[in-house]
Amino acid sequence: MRHVVSILIENEAGALSRVVGLFSQRGYNIESLTVAPTEDPTLSRCTILTLGDPEEAEQITKQLHKLVDVLRVSDFDENNVGLERELVLMKMPTPNRQLREEIRSLCDIFHARIIDVTPELYTLEFVGSSEEVDNFITTLNKCTDVLETVRSGVLGIAKGNHYMHS
Amino acid sequence: MEMLNGAQIVVRALEDLGVEQMFGYPGAAVIDIYDELLNSKKITHILARHEQGAVHMADGYARATGKVGCAIVTSGPGATNTVTAIATAYGDSIPLVVISGQVATSLIGSDAFQEVDTVGITRPVVKHSFLCKKAEDIAVNIRKAFYIASTGRKGPVVVDIPKNCQNPNIKVPYELSQSIHLRSYNPTVFGHKGQVKRAAKLIAEAKRPVLIFGGGVVQGNASENLAKVVERMNLPVTQTLMGISGFSGTDPHNLGMVGMHGTFEANEAMHNSDLVIAIAVRFDDRVTNNARKFCPNARIIHVDVDPASISKCVHADIPIVGDCNTVLGQLLQSFDEQDLHANPELDVWWEQIKQWRARNCLAYEKSDSVIKPQQVIEEVYAAVKDSGVPTYVTTDVGQHQMFAAQFFKFEHPRHFITSGGLGTMGFGFPAACGIKVAYPDAQVICFTGDGSFQMNLQELGTCKQYHLPVKIFILDNHTLGMVRQWQDLFYHKRFSQTNLDYNPDFLKLADAYDHKAFKVSDPKELRAVIDKVLSMKDDLVIVDVITDTDSKVFPMQRTGGSMEDMILAEDKED
Repeated sequence: MRHVVSILIENEAGALSRVVGLFSQRGYNIESLTVAPTEDPTLSRCTILTLGDPEEAEQITKQLHKLVDVLRVSDFDENNVGLERELVLMKMPTPNRQLREEIRSLCDIFHARIIDVTPELYTLEFVGSSEEVDNFITTLNKCTDVLETVRSGVLGIAKGNHYMHS
Repeated sequence: MEMLNGAQIVVRALEDLGVEQMFGYPGAAVIDIYDELLNSKKITHILARHEQGAVHMADGYARATGKVGCAIVTSGPGATNTVTAIATAYGDSIPLVVISGQVATSLIGSDAFQEVDTVGITRPVVKHSFLCKKAEDIAVNIRKAFYIASTGRKGPVVVDIPKNCQNPNIKVPYELSQSIHLRSYNPTVFGHKGQVKRAAKLIAEAKRPVLIFGGGVVQGNASENLAKVVERMNLPVTQTLMGISGFSGTDPHNLGMVGMHGTFEANEAMHNSDLVIAIAVRFDDRVTNNARKFCPNARIIHVDVDPASISKCVHADIPIVGDCNTVLGQLLQSFDEQDLHANPELDVWWEQIKQWRARNCLAYEKSDSVIKPQQVIEEVYAAVKDSGVPTYVTTDVGQHQMFAAQFFKFEHPRHFITSGGLGTMGFGFPAACGIKVAYPDAQVICFTGDGSFQMNLQELGTCKQYHLPVKIFILDNHTLGMVRQWQDLFYHKRFSQTNLDYNPDFLKLADAYDHKAFKVSDPKELRAVIDKVLSMKDDLVIVDVITDTDSKVFPMQRTGGSMEDMILAEDKED
C-alpha cells in the first residue's frame, strides 16, 4: 500500500540523514522525498512517499518517532486520506507552430502553465496529485519529445480541521 | 558567568555530570582535552590499549553501575576503532557517551589527516549524535548526550568535537543547565492505566502463564518489582540472555534462560502457554525461533519503553508502553485495587513444568580425562556462590557464553555482563576491566574462549597499569567452538577455518605482561586451581583451561521451528 509519511523534524545538520538512513537501514524504500523549513525556521517538514503493508508502515512510523530529532509523524494512506500535491517541471522542443498550439491547449486543459519560453523550447509547470502528474507527463510525452522532467515528490497535509503542530 | 575554553568545558561538564572514571586513548584531535584532564581532581582516566577496549570498558562500567559510561577518543582511526564497541552498546541498549575529537571545522570535508565523518559512520549504531560547531555548543551537547543516553530506551550517544572548538585560547561562557527539555524527545514513563488494569486481570485469570523478561529489567532497575509480581501471582519466569541476573537464578519460579540455547522447561512453557507476560524484551530471533510459530495459543502482554519494539516481531494483544519498573509497580497496585491473587489452578501448570524440568536438559557427561566446558562454569560457580564476595561475571561470545548463561546462577541484577544483541567477541575482558574500575573490591570473572580472548588481549597492559586484578578463565578448546558446533551438526563435519592450533602460550603471554597464569587440563585438578586463583586477590590471573573440543551447547532450537523444536543432548547422536 502507498503511504505518504509526513514528518516534522528539527532543522539541524544530520537530521535528514537520520531519517533517510532509517529507511535504508531497515530495508524500506523511498519513492519520493521532499524537505524544507517550516514557518518556524528551527523546524523542517519532510514528506516521504513509501510502499509497504500495514505492519511495515506501523514500524516505519514508530521508528521515525524514535529518532531524537523527530517531533511529529503522520501517515496518510487509503484509510487516512490526506491532501496531496506534486509539482512537475518539463522542458520540450517547440519546432513548429502546430506543436506550440497543441502544447498550449493541453496546458489549458490541465491548468498547467508555461513558465519559460525560448525560440526553441517551452518550460511547463503543473501541480496536481501524483496521479494527475503521471497523466500529464504521459499525455505530453505522446505529443512531443520531452527533453527533461523534474518532479518535486509528493507533499502531504491532513484534510479538514486536523493539522500538525509542534 | 564563568569563562572557560572548549577543552575546559568538556572536562568541567563531565565533572558536573558526575563522571568519576572515564576510559580513552589520546591523539592530536583531543590533545587539548587530555591536557585539561591533567588538571581534573574529580575524573580518573583509564588509558586503554585500543579504542575498542576503551569503549567496552566504559560499557562494562555502565552495565555494572547503572551510570552512564564515558569514553574519549581521537578523530579518524580513534573514532572508527570504537564502532564495534558502540554497536555492542547499542545492541544491548547500554547508556554510553563517547566523545570523539574531530579535525578543525575549517578542515572538515577536505580529507584532512585523521579525518572521518564520525557522526556519519556511527549513525546507524547510536541512539543519537552531536557534532559541535563551536565551543559554545559543547556543554549543551554533552548535557543532552547524557540525558538521551540514560533515559527511555538507553543507548550510546556520540559527541564529536572539532579541534578548534577545544582551543585553549578561546574562552566562552560556561553553564550547565540542571533541567533539560527536548521538544522532540519525551520517553513515556507511565503505562496506560486501562491497559495495565486489563493486563492485571488477564494475569490473574491465566491458566498457563509465563513471564518472560529481558535486559530492560536489568537496565531499568526493575528486579525488585518483578520479583514481587512473580511472587504474588506465582508465575513461572524465564529470561533472555540479557535478562539473566534480573531475577534470582535459584528461585524455584525461575525456569532458566529462554530461546535458542534456553532450557527445555523454559521453551516448552513458552510454547504451551496461554498468556505471555513480556517485560522489556524485544523478541529477538534468538528468542522466538520462527516468529510465525511463536507461542501459538498465547495472548501476549508486552511492556516496553520503546514503542517500536512492540508488535515489531510478535504481535502484542495488550501493548503497554512505559518504563518497565514503573509499569510493574502499576501492575502491583492494580492487583491490590482489583483484589487479584495467584490463580489456584496454576498448580496443574506447575505440575506440567515439573515434568519438563525432570528432563534435566542441561545434564552432560563428565569425564576423568578431559575437562568439560560446563564443568568449568559449574565449579567456578560452586567456588564463589557462598564466598560472600560480590561476584561479577562477564563473557565473550560463543559456546562458553551459553554455558555461563546456563550454569552460573545469579542473585543480584547487573552481575552477569555479556554482549547479547551484537554478539561481540572480544567484549568480555575489557568489560571486566571496566567493572573492576567501578568495584575494586568485587570478584570480577571473565569467562572467555581461546578465540574471543585473542580479539582484545592487549588490555592486559591496562590491567597492569591500573591494577585491575580480574580473573580470566579461558575455556580453551583450540577451536571456534560455536561455529564448529554448527559445522559438526549441519555442515557434515566440514570444519572450515575453525581450528585454532596456533594459539599463543597463554602462560607466557601472562608472564610478558607480568601477570599470573595457570594451565589446567586434568578434571581432578580443576577445583583446586579455581580456589587458588580466586584467592589471589591482588593478581590478574589467566587460567588456561584445556577443555573438550567436541562439547556442544544443548538444548538447541532447530532453525525455522517453533520454540519447542529443540535438539537435546540425549538425541545428539540422531
